[in-house]
Amino acid sequence: MMLPMAATPTIVESLAGWLASWISSSPDAVRFVAAALHIGLLAAFFGLPAFAFIWAERKVSARIQDRLGPTHTGGRFGWLQSLADGIKLIQKEDLAPAAADRMLFRVSPYLVVIASFASFLFMPFSNGWVAVALDCGLFIGMAVLSLEVLGVVLAGYSSGSKWSLFGGMRETAQMVSYEVPLGLTAVIPVLICGTMNLNEICQMQSGWFTNWLVFHSPFTFVAFFVFFVVTLASNKRAPFDLAEAESELVGGFHTEYSGMRWSFFFLAEYASMFFVSGLGVLLFLGGWWTGIAPIDSALSEVLGGYPGRVLGLLVFLTKSSLLVVVQIWVRWTLPRLRIDQVMETCLKYLVPISCFLFIGSVMYPLVLLSALGRPTLLPVNSIGTRVPVLPPAAVPVTTPHDHPHDHSHPHDHNHGHGPGEHSHGPGGHSSLDRDPAEKPAAREVTLRGGR
Amino acid sequence: MSVLVFAIFALAACGGALAVVLSQNVVRMAFWLIISLSSVAGLFFLLNADFVGATQLLIYVGGTVVLLIFGVMLTAQGPYVNLKTNPAEVVISLAIGGVVFAMLVAAFSGVNWSANSERLTAEFGTATLQTPGYNQQGEGSTVRRIGGALSGLRTESLRDGRAIERPGYLLPFEIVSVHLLVVLVGASYLARAKRRSGGSEPGAGPTV
Repeated sequence: MMLPMAATPTIVESLAGWLASWISSSPDAVRFVAAALHIGLLAAFFGLPAFAFIWAERKVSARIQDRLGPTHTGGRFGWLQSLADGIKLIQKEDLAPAAADRMLFRVSPYLVVIASFASFLFMPFSNGWVAVALDCGLFIGMAVLSLEVLGVVLAGYSSGSKWSLFGGMRETAQMVSYEVPLGLTAVIPVLICGTMNLNEICQMQSGWFTNWLVFHSPFTFVAFFVFFVVTLASNKRAPFDLAEAESELVGGFHTEYSGMRWSFFFLAEYASMFFVSGLGVLLFLGGWWTGIAPIDSALSEVLGGYPGRVLGLLVFLTKSSLLVVVQIWVRWTLPRLRIDQVMETCLKYLVPISCFLFIGSVMYPLVLLSALGRPTLLPVNSIGTRVPVLPPAAVPVTTPHDHPHDHSHPHDHNHGHGPGEHSHGPGGHSSLDRDPAEKPAAREVTLRGGR
Repeated sequence: MSVLVFAIFALAACGGALAVVLSQNVVRMAFWLIISLSSVAGLFFLLNADFVGATQLLIYVGGTVVLLIFGVMLTAQGPYVNLKTNPAEVVISLAIGGVVFAMLVAAFSGVNWSANSERLTAEFGTATLQTPGYNQQGEGSTVRRIGGALSGLRTESLRDGRAIERPGYLLPFEIVSVHLLVVLVGASYLARAKRRSGGSEPGAGPTV
């Protein structure tokens, strides 16, 4: 919650500037207001997709089972069903079993929601629209999302019920195992793009949809599907929903919960479904780019600025929602695996496959380079036009060590989302850019091959 | 503002650590450990050390504590495990804690803070010192440097603007990774050996 105040360069700063001219109060108060606005926006992006997807889950499952699903609440399609569910759940009594460890029992739903919400802090929704823009955005987002398991396992343990305990243990075993292929497949786009900044990874996939990383090589193509399967498991979605497994464990880790605390678990589940879908879209499916180069260039250049980004946001939301619908579709189509099958799928198949894909995507450009003389299959620059890297001479050296009073361009950092922006100062990055500049051919290769 | 945030995180870290010591239920201890370690990660974020903070969350909170709880669940005999400390343990831990605390106090009081603050202000200007929480220049630049240093390319920026290349930490990194691989292989070997000696149990998996 405190992060946007501490480390948000982009939107908080610009909003703070706008508010400062409006209310002209102290900068701390302005920053606080801007951060509060951010939190509000993020909470909307956290809650509203969850509401929409709970309704979609009911509708899609009903259609798959040849039923109608909600039809009355809020009109013909029952689109207010989630709201009705929420109102019902608020009214229910907040029960805790006598055998439960009261404190942990009460706290663990909040842990789940906090972990799921905090991961949204690091997700760019459109070009530069991210609450906390960090160079290690992917890493920290996945780190925070993996904390969700703590709430689940504490809920299972503190309920004082054997079904809950089984659910919690299954969830832990599953999460700890599936973290490995999740990390390995998420690293593949990172090694192609040479950055963990989600915004940069997405910007590099601009242009035609052949630039999307899913079409970058056969290995990344398979890696996307492995990533998708692993995110199903890490979100405990069917066919990997062993933690709740209502046919064996009553309700799994949430057997003893009722009312709002129960609904917190599901709010977090649907929100993190959206998060991992968004992550898949950002990493493999071109993020906020439509994949049709003329439309994209029209969006980003003709419209430019704000409207272009709003449209990018819509594109991003559409792609992520489609992936969520695929998750729902999978859930109501495939039967649940047994726990040993879940572990076997991970340890015997997904981990070796993702290791193979990792090595393959490392070798692929090298093999192509020796066979075809270029690191990509298509003759065009298929990793997307990277935002041009400034020549080293033109990079203003603005480290605090050198020019502590140089604040003549304070907004350079605010509007800079390109990779070139981070090459300020004599860091490792700028030396990488500087060194091959003496050999133009080598520089070309390093830029195209995904440095 | 950053002082307020710092106070919140620092209080949570210290309070969580105290609660770990004072509570007797193992899983509650794990919960307080989560609070304490996450607050330390928050302090890292406050210092713009985003990569270290994320690693703290991933390794300590997401990894170690989960394994701790998992171990408690797998090994517990009763529903809630309580730890009782005997007086000798209290004395030993107090002694060790006191020694560490004394060392910290000695190190802290050995630094001339006001002189250093004046020197830094004279060298770098007041702007970097007065806003400890938010530093645009320092933000987000740690990952590339850490990655470069771990792969053997450590660039050090001198005060006069020059950058010199130093040998990185590739060898320690490789040693640690091979060490971890050995641990992994050893752990899986131990797990397999135990199952063999206990007789064949083909249905051991599904009963979890």
